[in-house]
Amino acid sequence: MSTDTDQKQSWDRPGWMGLLARAPAKQVAERMVALGPLPAHDWLRAPEVGTVMLRGRAGGTGAPFNLGEMTVTRCALRLADGAVGHGHVQGRDKVHAMQAALLDALMQGARAADVTATVLVPLAAAMATAKATRAAKAAATKVEFFTLVRGED
Amino acid sequence: MYVAVKGGERAIDNAHAWLAEERRGDVAVPEMSVAQIREQLALAVNRVMAEGSLYDPDLAALAIKQARGDLIEAIFLIRAYRTTLPRFGASRPLDTASMACDRRVSATFKDAPGGQVLGPTFDYTHRLLDFKLMADGDTPNAPQGAARHEATPHITQFLNAEGLIQQEPASDATPRDLTRQPMQLPADRALRLQALARADEGFLLSLAYSTQRGFGRTHAFVGELRIGAVTVEMDIPELGFAIDLGEVTLTECETVNQFTGSKTEPPQFTRGYGLVLGQTERKAISMSLVDRALRWAELGEDNIGAPAQDEEFVLMHCDNIQATGFLEHIKLPHYVDFQSELELIRKLRAAVTAGQEAAE
Repeated sequence: MSTDTDQKQSWDRPGWMGLLARAPAKQVAERMVALGPLPAHDWLRAPEVGTVMLRGRAGGTGAPFNLGEMTVTRCALRLADGAVGHGHVQGRDKVHAMQAALLDALMQGARAADVTATVLVPLAAAMATAKATRAAKAAATKVEFFTLVRGED
Repeated sequence: MYVAVKGGERAIDNAHAWLAEERRGDVAVPEMSVAQIREQLALAVNRVMAEGSLYDPDLAALAIKQARGDLIEAIFLIRAYRTTLPRFGASRPLDTASMACDRRVSATFKDAPGGQVLGPTFDYTHRLLDFKLMADGDTPNAPQGAARHEATPHITQFLNAEGLIQQEPASDATPRDLTRQPMQLPADRALRLQALARADEGFLLSLAYSTQRGFGRTHAFVGELRIGAVTVEMDIPELGFAIDLGEVTLTECETVNQFTGSKTEPPQFTRGYGLVLGQTERKAISMSLVDRALRWAELGEDNIGAPAQDEEFVLMHCDNIQATGFLEHIKLPHYVDFQSELELIRKLRAAVTAGQEAAE
């Protein structure tokens, strides 16, 4: 889901959850501060660290195989207004997972526009920039072939 | 007589205390942070993630620090830690065709769409020591070009179009998992690929090299080698939809192998596949060669008895943690075992000596 390229898009839930999972924890935390006071929450599932088995496909397209695992932290919480937020993020950062879940809950309520403008859009822009910079560096290492005049004619 | 042995506790404690001191080294030299290892010894970190079979750069860097740079010890630490974690599930199969490629080269097609992108490679360096790195360096700055936004297609699809290469049968079967059930032979390809993906790089390198030198020759070309970031997606049952969980850097190698046909297959190119966590190019190429060599039976090739063709030999010896566990345990106390050996040898010698004396 490449939801981080277009800032004017409308956000669906898989889109914002994915963005919050992929964004660096430090950046998410910075945007949370900008969001101002946050509501209290009850844990439905306190943050827990575990793994997800990554699967590849033989030959890139064939039958699945188990490649290896990665660390994931997940949690679920409920706000006073009843909104339930889920956080599933790569790595072992429980604060990151909590913040992702809190933002997920807020995105389902009255503060969605504020969260979009203050958190999602800047995060998506920062990630798009980082990705574009990497792609630009890769592009600079692309080989431009030229053919020498051959001598046999 | 069996003699129970106790003791050594103080010696062990002191040995570990000294280990900690030696790990730190000269305190006049600044201590290295885990973040420094993660950023500046990234390829060691990648190797530990690949063979530790757990993608987490911070943990791998910590393991390297704790293991004083002994990568197999670091891999051991990661494997041990992994066993303490619950598993939430499995990702959807990673879509390597959508990889954001840092590097993508083909040894078979010069003008492949997407081009030959070298990326941050050691290739074409002169392998001369750079003494500038001993001084405080400048911050290097890589040039930038016009970024490519569309996905880079897999090279093999061009050969697929002409029907010249063996197809990978599509499937969504749940693969066997050697971390959950003990390895059982014969293995299918999925199980082999899992074992190879976490196998020791040196072991795979030597096996792959042996196939190039003639022990199960498969005439491999690197059809494509790509390194880059792939999004991890997983179905979350409680949500009822799939979300991105993050992004992992992978190295993928696909070999194109000469194949003159067999009893069951027409003449066509065949494929070997390597996919490894992190930027781990040597390992991915080795994996694809060994994968191809192990496919002799399904392709109807002759088994010439080469080590790389022997599934049991490869799969049962490729794991460096299993290997090091069994190998290194022989340095631990075996006093009682050895006592019985000693008595046996004494008895045999006494019998031989008695025989010789009787003959004289």
